[in-house]
Amino acid sequence: MNIHEYQGKEVLKKYGVSVPNGKVAYTVEEAVEAAESLSTPVVVVKAQIHAGGRGKAGGVKVAKNIDEVRSFAGEILGKTLITHQTGPEGKLVQRLLIEEGCQIVKEYYIGLVVDRTSGRIVMMASEEGGTEIEEVAETHPEKIFKEIIDPAVGLQTFQARKLAYSIAIPSELVGKTVKFMQALYSAFVDKDCSIAEINPLVVTADGNVMALDAKLNFDSNALFRHKDILELRDLEEEDEKEIEASKYDLSYIALDGNIGCMVNGAGLAMATMDIIKYYGGEPANFLDVGGGATTEKVTEAFKIILSDAKVSGIFVNIFGGIMRCDVIANGVVEAARQLGLTKPLVVRLEGTNVSLGKEILAGSGLNIVPADSMADGARKIVSLVQ
Amino acid sequence: MSILVDKNTKVITQGITGSTGLFHTKGALDYGTQMVGGVTPGKGGTSVNITLENGSEVSLPVFDTVVAAKAATGATASVIYVPPAFAADSIMEAVDAGLELVICITEGIPVLDMVKVSRYMEGRSTVLIGPNCPGVITPGECKIGIMPGYIHMPGYVGVVSRSGTLTYEAVHQLTTRGIGQSSAVGIGGDPVKGSEFIDILKLFNEDPNTKAVIMIGEIGGTAEEEAAEWIRENMTKPVVGFIGGATAPPGKRMGHAGAIISGGKGTASEKIKVLEACGIKVAPTPAEMGSTLVSVLEERGMLNACTTH
Repeated sequence: MNIHEYQGKEVLKKYGVSVPNGKVAYTVEEAVEAAESLSTPVVVVKAQIHAGGRGKAGGVKVAKNIDEVRSFAGEILGKTLITHQTGPEGKLVQRLLIEEGCQIVKEYYIGLVVDRTSGRIVMMASEEGGTEIEEVAETHPEKIFKEIIDPAVGLQTFQARKLAYSIAIPSELVGKTVKFMQALYSAFVDKDCSIAEINPLVVTADGNVMALDAKLNFDSNALFRHKDILELRDLEEEDEKEIEASKYDLSYIALDGNIGCMVNGAGLAMATMDIIKYYGGEPANFLDVGGGATTEKVTEAFKIILSDAKVSGIFVNIFGGIMRCDVIANGVVEAARQLGLTKPLVVRLEGTNVSLGKEILAGSGLNIVPADSMADGARKIVSLVQ
Repeated sequence: MSILVDKNTKVITQGITGSTGLFHTKGALDYGTQMVGGVTPGKGGTSVNITLENGSEVSLPVFDTVVAAKAATGATASVIYVPPAFAADSIMEAVDAGLELVICITEGIPVLDMVKVSRYMEGRSTVLIGPNCPGVITPGECKIGIMPGYIHMPGYVGVVSRSGTLTYEAVHQLTTRGIGQSSAVGIGGDPVKGSEFIDILKLFNEDPNTKAVIMIGEIGGTAEEEAAEWIRENMTKPVVGFIGGATAPPGKRMGHAGAIISGGKGTASEKIKVLEACGIKVAPTPAEMGSTLVSVLEERGMLNACTTH
């Protein structure tokens, strides 16, 4: 789960991570009030959306006085920002962060992720702050320093110090930087983050080490123990269909094609998208109905798939293992009836009671095209939607 | 021969009194697995009674701790169906009790819990499979997990996969071609887990009954690439592969917690490139995993030896 920058900074602040003073604003008036309450004459007006690259897209402005705050806030609020992370449709700005300005001496990068190979949390640091870390990894991999953290003892002072010296933090600020890194690590572990990125971390003219930006992602598997984080969820930033799907325990992700897919199992669901593409079609979505494909779940899955106007046909690909094919077939028929489905529907069933399942589909009186294999089904749906 | 489990493996279920644990314990018993008991804290001293498909009745003792269950039953393996919030603790309990094999089916364990588990297991000999996996089966001998047993057939091809349903798909494609399996192992879809591809490939390489292997990977991480390099250096048996997620968009978690392309890394095309560079034939579609293996076996004159007669 993602949260906004201002929320991330509030979370980090509680752990002693130094961040600029700032306030969230939903309107121009709130932005002006926030700016007036801050102690610096220069403030930064920052668009709050769940995507990076805001600066380049015109979503971050430095205001030298209140008039500028008013005009920048008016300009950015309600604007649709298109960045390399938003996709071509962009994201509507509905919240701003009004933050105290500071005099930046130099920008750095600090990040925490879970490294799959070592099975540990890794802290990464680089002198190349402000640019995306993927870009640095591509062009100057030698400029990224890493420390693997032992979960039994946490981030040790020597490790943080090593990183700080490696990225050439001025020596008089190494102590502050070490504290910063350890506070960031505590927040990461305590709140079950999956990513924490401070880009840039800045050293200021008055000798501070601060997080100028903060990107926190949380492990959705751990949200059950973080009700406070769950409250920070901004549904406006998420895909409506994905939210709807999650209510029914369906895993759905929208894509750009026209063939809706309904599959059991994440691996098979991905592979089904691949095989549609292989035979010249374009999948409209990823959808895993899980192990128990009940009539209710199948109906909801169909509804979600069909709410995408681009969908012109559906491919159901079920490998019934524990779940019997006749039960799934009944679910599909019932759901198609309830919804009055008119678009082409290809169904591939395999597994327990498969012949009974096929009989139910054939005898339903509905226009359901049976498929003998995954490849056969993919070919059929691709030709039907053309 | 086989890997990890066989007809002598004695198994306990952690979370046996829950509906999922009970359901799949029955499934394992129906298949012929030696289920010897279960663990549910607070229910020690009771027993669960299960009526099998063939009508016979089985009563399994329930214990409060894994250590007690192991001592009383002689179990060497456990399977975990405990809810995600408590699953990491259950894994560590089984490791502490010194079981040889722990298979965790539970999906949705917080990744930082698994970071702790992985640290806890260092220096201990227990093999962990999963979490978020279908389990392990040696056809005709022992089924531990949630896979449909009847699609399998005893034989000589090993299957290892990050995805449950794609494992079934591959096994089904093999069985319908008369090619049986030595063992099939689902290593699970989580980013931090017990056994990785290489661990299982090593076992298949050493198993005299395994003559060829299908490895099924997906987007996210670099485990497939590492496995491919290992195969090139060490594997004496043919391996064919499949990688799911060629059409997956970057930055989106595709069902499995570990199936995500982040920072441009972990794409299917990159993995396929490395596999092919290491001499591993990759099935172009998931429907061709079986036929791709058959073509490789034919090339090497091994098809007859790998067919179950």
